[in-house]
Amino acid sequence: MIEAETLYLILGLLILSIVLCIIRVFKGPTAPDRVVGLDTINTLVIVSMIVYGLVSSSVIYIDVAIVYALLSYISTLFIAKYLEGGEF
Amino acid sequence: MLAFIVTTLLCFVIYLLLTTGSGTEIVILNEDFLSWSYAEIILGLILSIIVGIIARKVFVKDNYRMANIVRWFRFLAYICGPFFVGMAKANIDVAYRVITGKINPGIVKISPNLKTDLGITMLANSITLTPGTLSVDIDEEKNDLYIHWINVKKEALKKKPVDCKYICGEFPKWIRRITE
Amino acid sequence: MSISQIVDYIAIILLAIGTFFSILGGLGLLRFPDVYTRLHAGTKCTTFGAIFICGSVVLLGLKMWYFANPDGSVLTIHTIGALIAILVTNPTGAHAIARAAHRSGVKPVGAVVDDLEGKTLRKSISKKKEADK
Repeated sequence: MIEAETLYLILGLLILSIVLCIIRVFKGPTAPDRVVGLDTINTLVIVSMIVYGLVSSSVIYIDVAIVYALLSYISTLFIAKYLEGGEF
Repeated sequence: MLAFIVTTLLCFVIYLLLTTGSGTEIVILNEDFLSWSYAEIILGLILSIIVGIIARKVFVKDNYRMANIVRWFRFLAYICGPFFVGMAKANIDVAYRVITGKINPGIVKISPNLKTDLGITMLANSITLTPGTLSVDIDEEKNDLYIHWINVKKEALKKKPVDCKYICGEFPKWIRRITE
Repeated sequence: MSISQIVDYIAIILLAIGTFFSILGGLGLLRFPDVYTRLHAGTKCTTFGAIFICGSVVLLGLKMWYFANPDGSVLTIHTIGALIAILVTNPTGAHAIARAAHRSGVKPVGAVVDDLEGKTLRKSISKKKEADK
């Protein structure tokens, strides 16, 4: 079995890339830039949840990851529609 | 009616896959895999019938072309073969551009001549995930795609709309074989 | 070296590749100049990284299943479900953001060519809908 330290190191690196995305969300000159940052953060959070489910060997995190993926997709579509200024 | 049955069956199969190992009343292979409790199966049936009633007109549009199993095998071959190779190339390309910062972007128009909605959706998704291209907009009357290209080649711009082979290679042929 | 150790090494290599591409996605998001190129980095790199990390978790789940650990099968199936959800939703979301950005008036920085410049596709469609009514 892989040691838990290795997996925690990988979780730390994933959180580092989430921090890079958060910098873009705060800096982003236009609204679409911030939405791109949020979309990338969503994918990274799903991946971190899967890795954490492996570390703690509890499957419930992966169930939450599936639901989070679908809900974040719907929220991204809604924000995009709002930026477009179209009718829903 | 057929649309309702197809939707309900698909929902029920997905529900069963997501709840394996929930109990030991019904066992198919062994107790760790493919075993369900009665409560999960009854709840799954009720939920998938409700979803089938609500979503039957959304899920199955007008034809049953994708019910052919051969098309699903072609789809799997497409995913594992040319699509995955293109995706690996795309990522190495993006890695090179992230590190060096050399870009030469532009938005070009291609007309892949696909007829079905499913086909154009698959092509747009494939283009988004493969080398240096991102689908921006679609002309819904003629099924033309507008592509953001991160490294525009000069020789591709001589003809308009731009030839498909510069953007997506052999993908339209594969997708025409899958969906039409 | 036993089978178990070999599987562990392969899983660690896959995890390293996936993490590398995830960090590259974050870096690209910071370095690139405009929305469209940032979308290139954010979508492609993180999707590719997610494929590798989920592949590693699936491999470890199969190993647990082989050694009769009851969590293994559930871990494998649910991770494949999450991977399919990511693969279907990520490019579609990127396409929606790109279209919204172009329609809300963000121009690609340093563009050589812009075929979509000045076209109003949505207006023509809504006119067509009015004509249908």
